[in-house]
Amino acid sequence: MITRILAFLAVIGLAFMLLPLIHEVLPMQELSPVAGNYVVKGPDELGAQNIVTSVVVTYRGLDTLGEVTVLFIATAGVGFLLGRKKEKKNKRKSSEILQTGASFLIALIFLYGIYVFVHGHLTPGGGFQGGVVIATGILLIMLSEVNMKFNHKLLHLVESVSGVGYVVLGILGLLLASTAAGLGDGFLNNRFLSMGTYGQLFSAGAIPLIYSLVGLKVGSELTGILDNMQE
Amino acid sequence: MTTFNFIVTVWLGILMLAAAVFAVVTKKVLSAIIAAGVVSLLASVIYLLLASPDVAMTEAAIGSGLTTVVFLYAYRRMKSDKEDRK
Repeated sequence: MITRILAFLAVIGLAFMLLPLIHEVLPMQELSPVAGNYVVKGPDELGAQNIVTSVVVTYRGLDTLGEVTVLFIATAGVGFLLGRKKEKKNKRKSSEILQTGASFLIALIFLYGIYVFVHGHLTPGGGFQGGVVIATGILLIMLSEVNMKFNHKLLHLVESVSGVGYVVLGILGLLLASTAAGLGDGFLNNRFLSMGTYGQLFSAGAIPLIYSLVGLKVGSELTGILDNMQE
Repeated sequence: MTTFNFIVTVWLGILMLAAAVFAVVTKKVLSAIIAAGVVSLLASVIYLLLASPDVAMTEAAIGSGLTTVVFLYAYRRMKSDKEDRK
């Protein structure tokens, strides 16, 4: 009973802490100076049609590197705590409906995931979302083919290569972009590759490459988590 | 924001609250996991209505898709541990 009352009091305290936010949910009439700067200058400076992507990948690229690192540490932790004690249990085979449906859907899910991260600079979505979609596709394979073995070496190879490639692209931006554009250098600057035509698939410099690597990394990491969670 | 969007958003918010309370109150772990997934799914629809499709995609894929599955795996482990102890 005491714990219930305490929990209730804690919830009420949280509600009081969040109460002032109600005044701030009113729609903003204008953007804050930093956001306005991104919106006005983003298309010219980075050539990405999706402004969210240009902020996530380039303007706030270092934060994205931190996110990727956090995800990597989480995966390593799950692998460390839950991995490798698989005794061979004879698992029940999955149903006919699931197997047939999965064989049809898997290709579509992979295609959609790859579309999401390759078009990250044009349409909503990007590396993280695309990677998660691919991981759900692999989850469907796991559920339909119960006794399938994973090639862990390939999984780790994809993860390491894309992680290293991401950092290398960021450093290339730091080294090369300053001379190419004269816009000031910076980690993960995307301007060291050709900018292409605004709104085309091959545009926005290195952003499609960076986001593809992030997508592969996120996809392989989440696949690792799911594989470790599975008994 | 149009009136229609506003009404739909508020309605989805009420549904979200109901699902969240259900997830806390219910005795069955499986129902709680599914209800938590529903909260995320409704949140992603609200993000879409509030014009942030990027966040909506993340929430739908991670919040309601992957997190639910990870919870389900953990639930199965919990259950098989109990059976081992018996």
